[in-house]
Amino acid sequence: MFTAKEYKQAESLEQAYELNQKRSSRILGGMLWLKMSRASYGTVIDLSGLGLDTIEEDEEAFRIGCMATLRDLELHEGLNAWTRGAVRESVCHIVGVQFRNLATVGGSIFGRFGFSDVLTMFLALDSYVELYKGGIRTLEEFAASPRDKDILVRLIVRKTPVRCHYLSMRNTKTDFPVLACAVASGAEGYRAVIGARPGRAMLVRDSQGILMDGVNEKTAEAFGSWLRAQVPVGSNMRAGAEYRGRLVEVLSRRALLAMEGEG
Amino acid sequence: MKVSIEVNGKTIQEEISPDLLLIDFVRRHGCFSVKRGCETSNCGLCTVFLDDKPVLSCSVLAARAHGHRVTTLEGLQEEAEEFGAFIADQGAEQCGFCNPGMIMNAIALFRENPWPDREEIQEYLAGNLCRCSGYEGQLRGILAFLEYKRQKGGENRG
Amino acid sequence: MDKPEISRETPHRIVNRPVRKKDAMALVTGKPVYMEDVAPADCLVIKVLRSPHANAIVEEIRTDIAKKVKGIEAIYTWEDVPDQRFTMAGQTYPEPSPYDRLILDRHVRYVGDPVAIVAGENERCVDRALKIIKVKYRVLPALLDFRQAKDNEILVHPEENWKSLCPVGADNKRNLCASAKDAGGDIDQVLADCDVVVEHTYHTKADQQAMMETFRTCCWMDAYGRLNILSSTQIVFHVRRIVSNALGIPRSKIRVTKPRIGGGFGAKQTVVAEVFPAFVTWKTGKPSKMIFTRKESQTASTPRHEMEVTVRVGANKNGKIRGIDVYTLSNTGAYGEHGPTTVGLSGHKSIPLYGNLEAFRFAYDVVYTNVMSAGAYRGYGATQGIFAVESAVNELAARLGIDPLDLRRMNMVRQGQMMPAYYGEPNRSCALDRCLERAAAMIGWTEKYPCRDMGNGKVRSVGMAMAMQGSGISGVDVGSATLKLNGEGFYTLFIGSADMGTGCDTILAQIAAECLECSLNEITVVAADSDTSPYDSGSYASSTTYVTGKAVEKACQELREKITRFGAECLGCPQEQAEFTGKGVRCMETGEEISLAAIADTSMSGCHEALEVTQSNSSPVSPPPFMVGMVEIELDKETGQVEILDYAAVVDCGTPINPNLARVQTEGGLVQGIGMALYENVQYSENGVMRNNSFMQYKIPTRLDMGRLRVEFESSYEPTGPFGAKSIGEIVINTPSPALAHAIYNATGLWFRELPITAEKIAMGLAEADKKRNRSLC
Repeated sequence: MFTAKEYKQAESLEQAYELNQKRSSRILGGMLWLKMSRASYGTVIDLSGLGLDTIEEDEEAFRIGCMATLRDLELHEGLNAWTRGAVRESVCHIVGVQFRNLATVGGSIFGRFGFSDVLTMFLALDSYVELYKGGIRTLEEFAASPRDKDILVRLIVRKTPVRCHYLSMRNTKTDFPVLACAVASGAEGYRAVIGARPGRAMLVRDSQGILMDGVNEKTAEAFGSWLRAQVPVGSNMRAGAEYRGRLVEVLSRRALLAMEGEG
Repeated sequence: MKVSIEVNGKTIQEEISPDLLLIDFVRRHGCFSVKRGCETSNCGLCTVFLDDKPVLSCSVLAARAHGHRVTTLEGLQEEAEEFGAFIADQGAEQCGFCNPGMIMNAIALFRENPWPDREEIQEYLAGNLCRCSGYEGQLRGILAFLEYKRQKGGENRG
Repeated sequence: MDKPEISRETPHRIVNRPVRKKDAMALVTGKPVYMEDVAPADCLVIKVLRSPHANAIVEEIRTDIAKKVKGIEAIYTWEDVPDQRFTMAGQTYPEPSPYDRLILDRHVRYVGDPVAIVAGENERCVDRALKIIKVKYRVLPALLDFRQAKDNEILVHPEENWKSLCPVGADNKRNLCASAKDAGGDIDQVLADCDVVVEHTYHTKADQQAMMETFRTCCWMDAYGRLNILSSTQIVFHVRRIVSNALGIPRSKIRVTKPRIGGGFGAKQTVVAEVFPAFVTWKTGKPSKMIFTRKESQTASTPRHEMEVTVRVGANKNGKIRGIDVYTLSNTGAYGEHGPTTVGLSGHKSIPLYGNLEAFRFAYDVVYTNVMSAGAYRGYGATQGIFAVESAVNELAARLGIDPLDLRRMNMVRQGQMMPAYYGEPNRSCALDRCLERAAAMIGWTEKYPCRDMGNGKVRSVGMAMAMQGSGISGVDVGSATLKLNGEGFYTLFIGSADMGTGCDTILAQIAAECLECSLNEITVVAADSDTSPYDSGSYASSTTYVTGKAVEKACQELREKITRFGAECLGCPQEQAEFTGKGVRCMETGEEISLAAIADTSMSGCHEALEVTQSNSSPVSPPPFMVGMVEIELDKETGQVEILDYAAVVDCGTPINPNLARVQTEGGLVQGIGMALYENVQYSENGVMRNNSFMQYKIPTRLDMGRLRVEFESSYEPTGPFGAKSIGEIVINTPSPALAHAIYNATGLWFRELPITAEKIAMGLAEADKKRNRSLC
């Protein structure tokens, strides 16, 4: 557990931002990861009083406040209808209900953790982050950027027509994924996201047009083996690189076929 | 810093350190049912309700609970007894150390979904580890409890 | 004089009934009954500084600045503790485990070995002090591979005051914690004569018990100047002796008690936390407590012994198994707790599953290495040995082309046989044959063996294994019961065994209530206090129901006789005419009766007879419970993922005293066994750091992982046990590893001989097999 000299319930984003500029300050998300650190902080800043714990849906987009929880994602009807349950599938294996009632979307995305199901899922969609100072950026761009002292205010998922599917492989049912895979198809073609490589999730577009003529057993398999060559994978305690490479092929193929099967 | 937290219906106002965890706060106030089983938010033993949601009290700052309601098994003794008896009738409580957390979360489940099926039960309680029982006896107890509720006249299934 | 009719014919009132545990409602309502809930409020908080090196000498340790941290009471280093070696293994004296420990040692032998004890007012100041203790280590090369340990030039215990009390073949100058051989017949000749000999080596890892309540102890000095130890332990009497050894103080100065225990599984059969607060309280006179973090419980505790078991099993073409040869290499880690004894079970409780052997041999070495010390974990070596022998027999069946069910029908041990590899004991009670047939029927073996292709890359298959264990340690374990009649006519049962959630307080009370013809409510249980309980070796080795249960039965018999005599005198009735009725004593001649309450009242006024008895029990035999486990899985050939669909387990534990508790023991053991078989995976870094140091990295099964379990009982009747009972606590963990390995073979054609059998191993194994097949086609 970390130590903190001061706890501050932020009254505005501006105040939170100001406080957070100190090296020793830290924004609290769901605290599940932060709690395991043994760091000493000066001020920990809580955004939970700013009304950022909602998921708002309009005709154009879903606006997911940074303090919305993974459980909120799991239970949100609109989001799950839009993604045909893929969002639910991406988070429902994470530890347990009590954990998901705490873990926040902001924490998951801002941390840019390699194991993140959430990042893997949303990279497959037309997603953006709204940063307090940095403004709106694509999630892809944000995921690739280093951490700074800005504040992630919202995750925005635009309702660009899309079909998607999410699959993961886990050693036990509620463990981190050994590999996570989200696939999606929209106007700009097919794309796949591989998470828990074990490095940070990576978005790959079907630049070769392998799936140009649609998804079938053959093209899905071809895409899988091509994808495997595009995605660097490594080893950690949960599995070795070779197995992960194999899973890239298997999960992406299965996810594509499942997505297609759903029509 | 000063906080005001309602624990099991009683408001506690106290000076606390900003990094005090909710689990330590409630234990300090006699809620010994709340157990610590890990440091990594994996075991579910420390489950309490924050307002009405089941959360891991090991992962919440007491400061964050300021102005909120916290419920532990100490505040749900009637429900604990009524439901717990069915766990006891299976011998599935075993060492008992994981029971308060599991029972808290089961109560949360029943409030959210009064008539869960087998799969919904297992999913909802997946974050409650138990090393003694092999889970099967807990499941039998839960199913027997639901059956009892049905018999008792709670048929009006939502 | 009447005697309680205790036989298989008598229907029981309370024994063999699924009654609630006496403490159940307190547990389910979350009452404060565990150590941390009842510890004195003003305890010093104790933590230890642990070595970051796997093998090193503490050259210099500076605590002066750390001692100045506000709130710090004391900091102790190796210079402050007695130089007398001891073992932390909770075993009967003289312990087979070597005396190789100090409370703090200058020579640290694994990553996590204690270097300093810090005691302070609160956690915060202790944490701060821990950070600023300065230690200079001379780092030595570490011995991390147990296959290289024997006669390696790196010695884990080079010290001269290392001591082995028993002739177990230990030699610290060879890194040997134990070494021995046992044989019957000429195994080499028999195997040479067999049509088929299967020989393979099986590797099991150092799994963690992972009980939900970590190790913890608190201590205080009482009004008599004695050290009181309240600990989450299975072994109060051994703790007293071990702490006396460690601190070098008389046992008369120590009292050990236990509250409710949050699980043990053998972990708490070793003194893990106790010596530190005991030392601090003894030195400072102040109450203290030590509560292990989960990380400490994972990395500095007493997991299962890693073993490599080599099996040769020989048979004729027709399937007659003629000889089994087992060699076990066991890794005891940095210290020898339970090293010399666990290994014995890997052969003694696997080979005897087969009843018609012409010869057997069992040899072993137990070696020291620079990883955390192993200890006692449910199954205690039998689990490792049975994985190996049952896998080898399954491999033999495949080699012979015989259904493994038939192979077992042909060869399994049966009631009435002698068991030469089981210390020459006779098999007096054995329903293994019925267990096998019942399990086969439950799982649908004949229809499902070996597998079905589901057509979507998934295969369903079945696997099986048999198992045995013991019931207590024959000729060693002692259980005792003190029973007294109180005013109002209720009884108090004092026992020294430890209910760690298993329900033994209730089980022993059931036995007493049955024998005394009263209700369970009329028996109160007071358990495990080294001052007031009659002696008991403790709750381990599957002993409590069988050994202590018999002591309870004997005590009840004696107390009945005593009460009857006393009642007869009160009634003025001739002894031979007096009858114990459960409610009192009746004179058969006159029909006159005196109640237990009146008898108790009489005994408390101007009387010189105590209506109290103590009986001890030790058994010259350790009757094995038997079991068969059969599993059906669905295996994904591309990802290697294994889903358990159905696990049928049939157990012969003799008479189940409490069928509910026996069932839940079985289910719990199966799930632990499933975790061990499929994913519980202790991994070390190349520097000897244990990497699975949390529940985030050491995955135990959740309720979504274990599939469906179905447990039934096929009971034999054990004549030496209370009401025909044998043990159940440990055997239940033994079948999942071999049964799952077998099912995975039946799905894939591949044998996995190292645990855990992860999805990765299966998928990569299949990929490799595919490659080979393609090569051979080219």
